Amino acid sequence: MGAQLRVYKRRIQAVTATKKITKAMEMIAASRIVKAQRKVAASMPYATELTRAVTAVATGSSTNHPLTTEAESPVRAAVLLLTSDRGLAGGYSSNAIKAAERLRERLAAEGKEVDTYIVGRKGVAYYGFRERKVTESWTGFTDSPEYSDAKKIAGPLIEAIEKDTAEGGVDELHIVFTEFVSMMTQNAIDGRMLPLSLDKDAEEDGKKDELLPLFDFEPSAEDVLDALLPRYVESRIYNALLQAAASEHAARRRAMKSATDNAGDLIKSLSRLANAARQAEITQEISEIVGGASALADASAGSDK
Amino acid sequence: MAAELHVELVAADRNVWSGEATLVVARTTSGDIGVMPGHQPLLGVLESGPVTIRTSDGGTVVAAVHGGFISFADNKLSLLAEIAELADEIDVQRAERALERAKSDTDGAAERRAEVRLRAVAAP
Repeated sequence: MGAQLRVYKRRIQAVTATKKITKAMEMIAASRIVKAQRKVAASMPYATELTRAVTAVATGSSTNHPLTTEAESPVRAAVLLLTSDRGLAGGYSSNAIKAAERLRERLAAEGKEVDTYIVGRKGVAYYGFRERKVTESWTGFTDSPEYSDAKKIAGPLIEAIEKDTAEGGVDELHIVFTEFVSMMTQNAIDGRMLPLSLDKDAEEDGKKDELLPLFDFEPSAEDVLDALLPRYVESRIYNALLQAAASEHAARRRAMKSATDNAGDLIKSLSRLANAARQAEITQEISEIVGGASALADASAGSDK
Repeated sequence: MAAELHVELVAADRNVWSGEATLVVARTTSGDIGVMPGHQPLLGVLESGPVTIRTSDGGTVVAAVHGGFISFADNKLSLLAEIAELADEIDVQRAERALERAKSDTDGAAERRAEVRLRAVAAP
């Protein structure tokens, strides 16, 4: 076998191995999307009931809670950015990071300081490389987040928002995550989690016209709100984590699908080249044989004379 | 048949139980509360404790609920819990082991959780 042909063969082998890997990753991601979607659906009843309860308390009572009232002149905002732990998911993490950058600029333009909280190794690496300050970060569970993970994240955030701004607390809490629209579409979006904007939440649920009854609070409206809001934040974060996980798997599936397709194309063109090289080799061998034979014939014809 | 109320018992990550019931007893921070159909709209904070649901066909469903809320309006009762387990889902041996461990570690919260689980199983 000629040197040229051997080189092509080796490259085809390498690309075939890569294709096998990307194909496997595509299939794994595809199966995980379904699982992640199911988890999103399973968390929905809790989230909707909780939103309803929060709306009920906040509208049904005249309590002023730090988590529902807007600060008059907010000076600091916390941004929670959800990225992935692993790469090979196309533009998934970088889209979320870009959305966070835009939000950051907007908040800075409004004259607010920004504290960054990050979930996922990719986001941590991005901020670490640029030596930007990260207030807190969590990694290791973006594939399949559990409720306890959301609790872990919500703890410091709620603490920060309850603290006075002068002592390093924050006035607002924003979240940037990738919304799962469908298998093909995932959008990196940002949203304000706190202070609550109840009209918007009600609109989201499409139940704006629903009249909420006058509740009897047990033990008292303040206590109920005190207990409700942290749970509300946790559940919002949990929902965002689940959606982000589903989006991550969908993005990875798409990235791996195009990688597999590319590998297929590459294999095809490489095998064409390899065939041409083999053909050239054969042609050369034939012409060498023919040339050699005719040279021999010429030589023997000459000696006969 | 007596009037019924619709009950949804949901945990953070799943729907634990839903159905019709005639009476629901739960433990709020200010004491046990029983809700029957036609109760006035209510929103309360739950404490770790067993929740007893008397279903409309005469059966009883007991669940261990750890923290959460009870909300009742329009004859619809929602029990929101971070963690909720039905009595027949609870692994008694595991709960007992957890109780032992919590006692030796003097982990009050874990001890309470395990106790609630065991009580939910023991309830009729």
